[in-house]
Amino acid sequence: MIMAAIRAQVVRDLTLLWRKRGDALQPVLFALLVVVVFALASDGNPAHLRTVAPAVVWVAALLAGLLALDAMFRGDAEDGSLEQWLLSPVPLPVLVGTRVLTHWLTTALPVIVSVPLLGELLNLPHAALPVVMGSLLLGTPLLSLLGAVVAALTVGLRRAGMLLALLALPLYVPVLVFGAGSVAASMQGLDYTGAWLLLGAGLVLGSVLAPVVAAAAIRIGLR
Amino acid sequence: MSNASTLPLLHVRALRFLRDESPVFGPLDFEVDRGEALLVQGANGIGKTTMLRVLAGLLPADDGEITLVGGQAGRARAGLIAYLGHLPALKGDLTCAENLLVACGLQGRRPKRGIDDSLRIVGLEGYEDQFARQLSAGQRKRLSLARTWLSPAVLWLMDEPYANLDLEGIELVNRLITAHLAEGGAAMVTTHGAYAAPPVRTRLLQMERAR
Repeated sequence: MIMAAIRAQVVRDLTLLWRKRGDALQPVLFALLVVVVFALASDGNPAHLRTVAPAVVWVAALLAGLLALDAMFRGDAEDGSLEQWLLSPVPLPVLVGTRVLTHWLTTALPVIVSVPLLGELLNLPHAALPVVMGSLLLGTPLLSLLGAVVAALTVGLRRAGMLLALLALPLYVPVLVFGAGSVAASMQGLDYTGAWLLLGAGLVLGSVLAPVVAAAAIRIGLR
Repeated sequence: MSNASTLPLLHVRALRFLRDESPVFGPLDFEVDRGEALLVQGANGIGKTTMLRVLAGLLPADDGEITLVGGQAGRARAGLIAYLGHLPALKGDLTCAENLLVACGLQGRRPKRGIDDSLRIVGLEGYEDQFARQLSAGQRKRLSLARTWLSPAVLWLMDEPYANLDLEGIELVNRLITAHLAEGGAAMVTTHGAYAAPPVRTRLLQMERAR
C-alpha cells in the first residue's frame, strides 16, 4: 500500500514534469543567469573569479531552489490534492517525504548536473568540481527538506512570496556556510570532511524530522 | 448496544465546531448505518461543508464524539472515508486515466473495479487519454465520481455532488449511491434541497440557523 502510493506519487510528479518540460528548465536557467551576471559584473580577473566561484555556484543553487520552493505544495493545495492526501490510509509524512524527493529531483538535481558548465563560466578549477558537486548533493536535499517545512507552514496563505523567503533564508544559512565552506577549504588544500559530515548529519536528521513537521504544518494549514 | 455488530457505521454524539469562539454548528447527534444515506440539508453558509470536513478529519471537532465502525475515530478514519469535496483534486496536465491511477495509488482500489470500468460507468468512455484540463466542469465532477467509485472506502462523504451536473449526471449520482448502499456502504450527501434524493433508505439532517 505504502509502496504503491509512493510509486503513484513519483510517477505523477515525473509525468507532470514531462508535460511541462519548459517549466522544468526554469531553475537551471535561473542559476545560469545568476552565474553569468556575476561573471559579467566582476572585474574580469580570472584569479578573483575562481576564489569566489564556489560561493557563487552555491548561492545560485540556493536561489534557484528558493524560486521553486513555493510550488512544492501550492498546486496540490489549490486543486484539493492535499485533502485527498490527508484522507489516504498512507501516513501523511510518507507522502510529504515523497513529494520533497520528487521536488528535489526535478528542481535541484538539474542544477547540480549543470554545475560543470557553471563552474567553467566562473573559472572554477576542474579539481574542485567533484567537491562542489558532492557538497551540493549533500546540501541541496537538506535545503529541500528545510524548505518543505517552510512551504508547508505557508500553504494556507494565498500567496507566500516574501514570507517564504524570510522564513527559509535563516534556515538555509548554515547549510550554505558548510556547503560553500567545504569547497573553499578543499581549494586551499584543507580537510573538508568535517563540513561534509555535518551536512550528512543534518541530512539524516532532516529526512527523519522534516516530513513529520511539514505534515503537521499541512494539517494545520488546511483548516 | 454492547455488541459491536449492532452499532451503526457512523455514530456522532454532541458534535460541535467553533470558529473564532463562535459556534458554526452543533451540538449534533446522528448516526448513519450501512445501507443508509444521510441527506444533509440547509441553507448556504449553515455549516454543511464544515461538518463534512470535520467528519472526514480535515478539521478538528471542538467537542463531541465521532465513532466509525465501532472503533474510536481519529487518524484511523482515513481509508474508511471517501471525500468528494468542492475541489476536484485533479491534475489538469494528467489524462483522466492517469488521474484515477494516482488516486488508486493513494487511496487503494476496491477489488474487481478497474479504471476503464469506472470511466464507462460515469459516462467518460473514450476520454481515457483526454487531459483533465480539457474537460468541462461537469465532466470533471464525473471524473471525481469515478474516483469515489474506485475507492475501497465504506462511507462516502459527498459535498454537493449534484453541482455542475446535468439531469443525466444527477441520475448517475443517485445510481452510484444506490449501488454503493446495496453493497453495504453508506453515504452522507449535502444538498441545499433543490435536487431529487436517491431512491434509498434515507435519513434527513436539517441544519438551521440557531436563534
